[in-house]
Amino acid sequence: MGTENPIPPVADEENASRGKGVSTLSRVGRYALVRLITLFVTVVISIFLTILIANMGGYVDQIRRGEIREAVQQAVLTNPALRRMGPEEQRQWMEERIALEEKRAGLDQPFMVRTVRFLTNALTLNLGRAKYMSSDSGSRQVRLIILERLPATLVLFGTSTLILFFVELFIALSLSRRYGSFWDKVFVTLAPTSAAPAWFYAIFLILIFAAWLRILPYGGMVDAPVPDNPFEYVLSLLKHMIIPLLALAVSGIFLSVYNWRTFFLIYSSEDYVEMAKAKGLTSRDIERRYVLRPTLPTIITTFALTIIGVWTGAPIFETVINWPGLGRAFYQAIGLFDTAVIVGETVIFAYLLAITVFLLDFVYALVDPRVKIGQESGQA
Amino acid sequence: MKNLQRTLRELLRYPSAVAGVIIILMLVGVAIYAMIAIPYHEAIRLWRGGEEIWYRNPKKAAPEWTNFFRRKKLPVSFTLNSADGSAAKTVTTDAQGNRTIQIVYAFEYAYDDFPQELVLYFKSSFLEKQPHVSIRWLTPDGREIRIKEFAVKASQTYRFGQDVALQRKFGDWSVQQGLFADPYQIKPVPLKGKYQLIVTAQTFEPDSDVDAEFVVHGRLAGLAGTDHRRRDLLIPLLWGTPVALAFGLLAALGTTLTTMVIAAVGVWYGSWVDEIIQRITEIFLVLPFLPILLMIGTFYSRSIWVILGATILLSIFGAGIKTYRAVFMQVKESPYIEAARAYGAGDARIIFLYLTPRIIPMLIPQLVTLIPSYVFLEASLAVLGLGDPVLPTWGKVINDAQANGALFQGQYYWVLEPAVLLMLTGLAFSMLGFSLDRIFNPRLRGL
Repeated sequence: MGTENPIPPVADEENASRGKGVSTLSRVGRYALVRLITLFVTVVISIFLTILIANMGGYVDQIRRGEIREAVQQAVLTNPALRRMGPEEQRQWMEERIALEEKRAGLDQPFMVRTVRFLTNALTLNLGRAKYMSSDSGSRQVRLIILERLPATLVLFGTSTLILFFVELFIALSLSRRYGSFWDKVFVTLAPTSAAPAWFYAIFLILIFAAWLRILPYGGMVDAPVPDNPFEYVLSLLKHMIIPLLALAVSGIFLSVYNWRTFFLIYSSEDYVEMAKAKGLTSRDIERRYVLRPTLPTIITTFALTIIGVWTGAPIFETVINWPGLGRAFYQAIGLFDTAVIVGETVIFAYLLAITVFLLDFVYALVDPRVKIGQESGQA
Repeated sequence: MKNLQRTLRELLRYPSAVAGVIIILMLVGVAIYAMIAIPYHEAIRLWRGGEEIWYRNPKKAAPEWTNFFRRKKLPVSFTLNSADGSAAKTVTTDAQGNRTIQIVYAFEYAYDDFPQELVLYFKSSFLEKQPHVSIRWLTPDGREIRIKEFAVKASQTYRFGQDVALQRKFGDWSVQQGLFADPYQIKPVPLKGKYQLIVTAQTFEPDSDVDAEFVVHGRLAGLAGTDHRRRDLLIPLLWGTPVALAFGLLAALGTTLTTMVIAAVGVWYGSWVDEIIQRITEIFLVLPFLPILLMIGTFYSRSIWVILGATILLSIFGAGIKTYRAVFMQVKESPYIEAARAYGAGDARIIFLYLTPRIIPMLIPQLVTLIPSYVFLEASLAVLGLGDPVLPTWGKVINDAQANGALFQGQYYWVLEPAVLLMLTGLAFSMLGFSLDRIFNPRLRGL
């Protein structure tokens, strides 16, 4: 999208506000500040809610207390030196030990105090340590666990999202150029197939290609003895990516193409497009200047939100195809009551989303001259 | 009314809508049939039942009709019972009042593979002296194989395949192969023809009696096959229909209607009410929907109603609010609203009678297209093992199949049956929804 493109018909207000440069700056500044504060409050509240849910309102602490007590009791039973102590002495030792352990886990403080501390830690991205999960290298650092899983998710969802997004746009544009054609009808007819999620198609594809034809693996990311040779590694990775990519494509492409195509068609029936056609502009020019340009904000929003959606991965999809990504890690964390990992992933998601929402406002103003930052308008 | 008729008539012009409606009607029919044929408590009892209910079924058996497509016919499961007359029982009483009971289980075997297991379930009545039983096997080529003799208890199960002594008789072959195979072949090949299992019981007390049920666990069973716990898959397939439809419909209705009302309230009152609603929407935008649902499923309750409630709560302030809000903003300025205000209509009246009806045409297609996504949501949770612990659902079947390696072991029916039903449901509603969208939103009509 070159900036040298002529700007499509612009509202008159543009010229009116041009004279007041200073006030524009202060208006944008004030707007940005207010927006940042509200978004931050939003993030704080949603993380707080997540912590409450992930802690089961304190129930997870009960589980932790029970575990500590049991561990200490086990220690008493297995330690011959302690077994020789009198019962009274033994009990006292146990109680002291439990109190110490609980203090170490921070369980001696009231629930709310801990939740608030947890919240501040999370918000400052001090993600802390996982209680049960560990990274493959053996670390309990939530940061490391997430970083270790991130590449797997990025490789699969990053590539598929990027490829699919642009392929969809491309197909939709070409379909909108000749709607009513055979391929257009094919996509319109197949759009309802997107009712089923990707994991559902993954099961079908595994059935066909892995179980029946035996040409593709059932799941996982690389072959079982991981190939040493980087070339073979990539080859094995690619082989494992075929089914997931196909599943994601089938479940998403028809509906997205249908939606984009309809969206483009609505914009191509605007008067100024008719006018451009009448002027005899090439269809390429018409598309770039008169159809894509006004739809750019929507395209960018969808793109940004899709990319962020990659972060949460897809717990179910990754579980079905056995992909060691963030989504599956999240699901494992939930199964293990590992609050730190759950909150860690959520807080990063929240920040990414908030930053994107914040930036999108400015991007709108950049790509669409009709949008003015900080002014209440029906569009935003 | 006329409006409805016109919509219906227009709907008939879309073949995909007609197909969708037909499938939906069929699904509703299946749902009603399931609820009438197998009452709720009965369905739960069967679904939760173990060996004592399902002992007649083999484990992981494909549906019977698959034989139609197979070149090698697989044995179908069957049972013969002396108590219900499906096996011939003859009783002869001697002078002392002791009885000799002979039960003959005769059956035709014309399959190309061996059954999973043969089991005899004995029921005998006696005071002190146990009846004595001897079991013999007659093959179509006239051989007689003595299987076992023993004193039978009041209730006793004899599994042919697990009898080590019998197994030794057949050398390298399993008991099933030994009983059914042609002995003159090197590889075990089933001998087709009429087999007879003869149980002879000798009682030593006047009123003592013996009955036995002969169960052949084939490789195929029932209309839908069975799972790893011998359960007939027909139960979850039938009962999954009302559950899926109810969940999808309630969730779609609950979310769209509440979202619509909230959006209308926000737009109508404006100022701080609108502001709060917008902020809450943003909070819910940041909350990751599926992970929270997974947490609720894992930590709190897996009951389908709790999940339904959570789904609705989490989606009320969803992205829909922004779309509805934009429409309401325009409607709010219409002259008829002003007129309503002029004659003194109350807020509630305006919101519910004048504002929200305007959005119904937009809402209905959306509602219909939303249904499959919730049906699949329920299935997704079940596939992760977070399905309702009590109710039989399609997702649960897929989950069981996945957990038991159905795809690795080639039990495709186990995954395909629920998957096809899910797919049908999803396609039907979304085909109808797409057509409705074109009818109600004329802007799309030409496209």
